[in-house]
Amino acid sequence: MRDKLLKEIGMSLFTICAFSFVSLSFLVDIDFKNRDLSDLIDSKHEVLANEISTLNPAPPVIMVKRLSETFGNYSQNIVNHSGISYDYSKKFALQLGNDPANFNEEFIASFFKSEFLQTKVLENTNWMIGRDWDSYEDFAQNFDEKVQYINQSVIAEFGISDTTYLLPQVMQAGAPDWLKTGIVALMIFGFAVLGGFLYALPLAFKHDGIHNDHVFHNKSQTRHYPAIIVFICLVVFYIVLYQLPAYLTNQVVLLTPVAEKLAGGASDRWFLYGFLYTIAMMTMGFKMMLKYKGNKYQQVRTASVLFFQIAFAFTLPQILTSFQLPAYDLKSAWPLEYTFFFDWRVGQYLNEGTFGIFLFGWGVLLFAVGVPLFTYFFGKRWYCSWVCGCGGLAETVGDPYRHLSDKSLGAWKIERYLVHGVLAFAVLMTVWVSYTTFTGISELLGISSYDVRSVYGFSIGFVFAGAVGTGFYPVMGNRVWCRFGCPLAAYLGLVQRFKSRFRITTNGGQCISCGNCSTYCEMGIDVRWYAQRGQNIVRSSCVGCGVCSAVCPRGVLKLENKGEDGRISENPILIGQEGVSLNI
Amino acid sequence: MPYFGGMPTKRKVVIIGNGVAGTSTARNLRKYDSDVEITLISAESKYFFSRTALMYVYMGHMKFNNIKPYEDWFWQKNRIDLVFDYVEGVDAAGKKLRMRSSEEIYYDELVIATGSRPRFFGWPGQNLKGVQGLVSLQDLENLEKLSPPPLKGNKDNLRAVIVGGGLIGVEMSEMLQTRGIPVTMLVRDEVFWGSVLTKDEGKKIGAHLREHNVDLRTKVELKEIKGTNGRVSSVITSEGEELPCDILGITTGVTPNIEFLKDTGLEMQRGILVDDTLQSSIESIYAVGDCAQIREPKEGRGGLEAVWYVGRMMGEVLGQRLAGKQSVYLPGPWFNSAKFYDIEYQVYGKVNTRTSEDHIQYFWEGAKNKFITVAYHPETEVFHGINSFGIRLRHEYFNKCLKEKKGVGEVISNIHKANFDPEFYKKWPAKFKADFENDTGIKVPNSLLKKLIS
Repeated sequence: MRDKLLKEIGMSLFTICAFSFVSLSFLVDIDFKNRDLSDLIDSKHEVLANEISTLNPAPPVIMVKRLSETFGNYSQNIVNHSGISYDYSKKFALQLGNDPANFNEEFIASFFKSEFLQTKVLENTNWMIGRDWDSYEDFAQNFDEKVQYINQSVIAEFGISDTTYLLPQVMQAGAPDWLKTGIVALMIFGFAVLGGFLYALPLAFKHDGIHNDHVFHNKSQTRHYPAIIVFICLVVFYIVLYQLPAYLTNQVVLLTPVAEKLAGGASDRWFLYGFLYTIAMMTMGFKMMLKYKGNKYQQVRTASVLFFQIAFAFTLPQILTSFQLPAYDLKSAWPLEYTFFFDWRVGQYLNEGTFGIFLFGWGVLLFAVGVPLFTYFFGKRWYCSWVCGCGGLAETVGDPYRHLSDKSLGAWKIERYLVHGVLAFAVLMTVWVSYTTFTGISELLGISSYDVRSVYGFSIGFVFAGAVGTGFYPVMGNRVWCRFGCPLAAYLGLVQRFKSRFRITTNGGQCISCGNCSTYCEMGIDVRWYAQRGQNIVRSSCVGCGVCSAVCPRGVLKLENKGEDGRISENPILIGQEGVSLNI
Repeated sequence: MPYFGGMPTKRKVVIIGNGVAGTSTARNLRKYDSDVEITLISAESKYFFSRTALMYVYMGHMKFNNIKPYEDWFWQKNRIDLVFDYVEGVDAAGKKLRMRSSEEIYYDELVIATGSRPRFFGWPGQNLKGVQGLVSLQDLENLEKLSPPPLKGNKDNLRAVIVGGGLIGVEMSEMLQTRGIPVTMLVRDEVFWGSVLTKDEGKKIGAHLREHNVDLRTKVELKEIKGTNGRVSSVITSEGEELPCDILGITTGVTPNIEFLKDTGLEMQRGILVDDTLQSSIESIYAVGDCAQIREPKEGRGGLEAVWYVGRMMGEVLGQRLAGKQSVYLPGPWFNSAKFYDIEYQVYGKVNTRTSEDHIQYFWEGAKNKFITVAYHPETEVFHGINSFGIRLRHEYFNKCLKEKKGVGEVISNIHKANFDPEFYKKWPAKFKADFENDTGIKVPNSLLKKLIS
């Protein structure tokens, strides 16, 4: 009764907070009247600033469109005024007499009034001078294509070039002040966290031990409609976060006081994301602590991922930023940290003197020496389930979904192709990017490194690691990214499989093939397959979460770091009898 | 086993029962003989599942699919034909099986692995609806039908009585409680599972059950079962008390499932009598698992041992024997394991229920729900066995100690090597060694010192 009440209050609080959070995009107006935009919009664009300040107040879902139109109109005006407008190009054709042969430097100099335009036109079209054209149409088509580029240069020169960057900032300036005080943030996030705590609290009253009762009876844990709703919400959140950040304006500004205190700057979507990520981990980490009371390994491990998330992933980069140093999460290793060798990052380090060089050296040492060395001694668990942020989210927020990972042999095959494929892609992408970083040349073997990295960033960084990796928790289990996509996990896994002291030992003949270990393995390892034949479990994907050992009702499994002798046993013999004579 | 040539078809081994004994036989046979035809018959479930895990399906820890140790393609890939049908009888002379719904099945060699069923003692009313054990998949399905649906609460205020406090009794009580059904457990002995545990242990586990709201009644037996409209409504205990109940769990042990063989001419007592090659009194018929009764059991071992591991080991032996290997059933030191609610239990070797002239025990409690009993010979100090509760021990270590008949002092001096608890758990061996030495006066050699000397 008490437990049910606590869970219901907790869930209600959380749901109300979640709705309030989302409703900010739909219900709370952005208003530019009486707003000072001079920090964001240069005084030479006063017209634009004035235009914006006359916009009628509207919530972000509507305002984003209005504001983009305003920006678009402004740019069009710039083009009409200083670039090549439609009428202007009509006039151009007329003046040219529809004859390409008349097109030359003098014509350009005489027709285009401004010096800037003359230069740009010449830059873009001098290859067109004096060519044999099949027809005027042929010439005009080519010229029109170039007009696009010319006008872009005009906007860059006289207007505002990067509106994707500016738009969210302007939106933030229009967000209401009462959202920025921190009180609303405290209400929404505070009550959501409180709700989570209350929901988890009944676990504190249970006896020590594993209680997976009703996991498979629970609709939200078995791909029924509540799970599908969570799944859709998560995926939509990731898409909005990565592709449509301006819609989150009101949510972003909630954290203004926190961002100012920590980093000394304005909040942005990544700050919001990091904050949500961290409090979600803390709340569900609290639940883990209660769920696994009586199991020290689980508790220590959970405390460790929480520490690394709060201190290293969230706080440290903010503090570095407040000292105007490059923000760097010291625990994040290449190739998971795939931007490590990007030109802007390396440039940032090298411009920062000793400290920058230290950061760069740290990052290189971490993946080149730290990863193999620690993995040799402890297995990949030292990273994946003790340190890593993605792993940390999976182990806390994702824990209720761990049994959804596919244990079939077929899934294992797909896993091996995919995860090693991503590792190969990450390495190749880094080769391209590093070539650009260290030589300044953007093309290698005819492929632009900027293209390679943008393909990787979109397909792996956003789709796989974000939308699929976290969004798919409720349908495919909590380690979708770690298992199928993470290039660092693949690298750690290779070390763990071939050169490590880590293994899961099976206890003689005590296995009863019940299947709890396999069911609750988040990495989809069929642990029972090994346990029932008395074979050590040595698998590249094992993140050493220790849950197989925790849920085993017969004490069969133990995570161990020991000498390499006998670690891999191909023909294990079950203890318990002497009668069988094997002539293998 | 040499094959008699000349026959046009392949040799065919038919196994009745796809539990762990039958399945292990089939798997080991296929592993060492790629030619033989193997047929595995079951009337319970087409696919092998872990019987000991049925409770987890009811409690929602797993689905039935999760308790199948092999994926469904496994059987075809290993050319093990699965037949889902009931064997009505065996015609040993004609080497064929009478089936309930399919045609007769011929065999060259027959393996009987039909396991066991709950043992009923002829109580009045024992055939009422709601009276059941928990051994088969059908038992689970019946129990599911009797129970309120999960997560909906026990709206009809159903009550349950469980008779017999063994491993299945504890499982059933844990299961029923997850559906909000209060449980009263009737136990004949003075303490819980008094036929296996020592008094100290039985008391501790009994207390643990009571902490989990089990109404445990010791020294109480079942007298009579009463019903209304064909369904159980209450039981009368040996003390004359009437306990209302809607579900009556009978967990007073199991008995081999062999009635269908009574006209076969097989020599049987409680089980099918087999020698150490697991052959029955009829040459081409073998028996493994719960239904097999060893004619001359090894000292300290029973003829009938209805335990998962025994079934699996017998299956391994027979499978290899049928593949032509020299192998006999020769069990090593006894071991077993179980779980009573949150307390895991492991046993290696033999710990009797009480001390005797040639068997004394040392009981040690390290912390709440963590305790150990060590048994040894009072004069020779030879180690007999260990029961551990809430502490995980390494099978390999004790198997070696028991085979080498080591002294208890030596066994305990190295017991840290046998600690199988997960990392970061509180280390108990040092305190255990010191307490053992203090309490018993038996010297526990300091292993570090020993290392330095040798």
